[in-house]
Amino acid sequence: MIGEQLIGVILLALLALTAITIARLRNLLATAMLSGIFSLLGACWMLFLDAPDVAFTEAAVGAGISTILILATLCVVGADEKQVQESPLALLVVLVAGGVLVYGTLDMPRFGDPNAPAHQSLVTQAYLYSANAPAEHRETQPSRDAHELETFAVGIPNTVTTVLASFRGYDTMGETAVIFTAGLGVVVILGGARHRRFEPSETVDITPSDERPEA
Amino acid sequence: MKNHVILRVVTKLLIPYILLYAFYVQWHGDYGPGGGFQAGVIFAAGIILYALVFGLQAAEDAIHPRVVHAGVAAGLLLYLAVGVVALLLGGNFLDYDAFGHHGQHHGILLVETGVFITVASVMVTIFYSFAELVRSD
Repeated sequence: MIGEQLIGVILLALLALTAITIARLRNLLATAMLSGIFSLLGACWMLFLDAPDVAFTEAAVGAGISTILILATLCVVGADEKQVQESPLALLVVLVAGGVLVYGTLDMPRFGDPNAPAHQSLVTQAYLYSANAPAEHRETQPSRDAHELETFAVGIPNTVTTVLASFRGYDTMGETAVIFTAGLGVVVILGGARHRRFEPSETVDITPSDERPEA
Repeated sequence: MKNHVILRVVTKLLIPYILLYAFYVQWHGDYGPGGGFQAGVIFAAGIILYALVFGLQAAEDAIHPRVVHAGVAAGLLLYLAVGVVALLLGGNFLDYDAFGHHGQHHGILLVETGVFITVASVMVTIFYSFAELVRSD
């Protein structure tokens, strides 16, 4: 138990340390690498909290793909951050926003509280029911009707998948559309420059008119 | 990076397993952690790794940008098609129970495949777009 808490404290401390370092660095290349490390630490933290699906996504997307995409962007725009005037107003806004977020967490149930709504909900019960052997579950959790849970779980062992793709299928469709739109945006703005075929009449002469050679 | 022998050999060994793992995550999403989104990202990571080590041209020869662009739309269309077919079979939009006894299972698998295709295509598209921008400089 102590060891488990120690792992949690170390992970959170490393996360905070990485975040502060990212905020203080001015070299964007180092920032990109550190944000990858931040995501990997975040994935470890989520795995530590028994959320393997989220940890998986964080490791694949945060630590993998987005680091690559940020590096690709840095190849285009350069790796040094523009110096900006630091304003005390920005610090104030950040402090207020952070304070509001911390204030919001005060209303949440204590970490690991067995009576928290998240632990009592039908979804969690079905999740535990699917994860454990059903017979064992009936002995330990007699409060819920096993049939009800079986109906709820629709026969898919991973409840996260069930929730994402079935119960909230409409939601996930919207998310897919968001990713589609992101891809479309990049293609419209940047992509296909090499594949574009300009007819000579379509090319625009951008030299100022007084510098153009007489035709 | 074409001249780094170790990188080239290790990448060649790793890429088939990365792609296979993506499919494992995709088809095993009902039973363990993962699903279309993670699988798509892993698949795209395999292709991007190939492009990084063997050059953009080699990757584009293997998977043409046109194919990737088509995939961006195809995945979302597949997702929508599942919903519309459920409607035609008499259920609600995206109601997989309309597909019969194992409807939930098949519906989720099809929808996740749609997510997989779109996510993988979009990630590769974004990488191709940026890489082409750098190459043309």
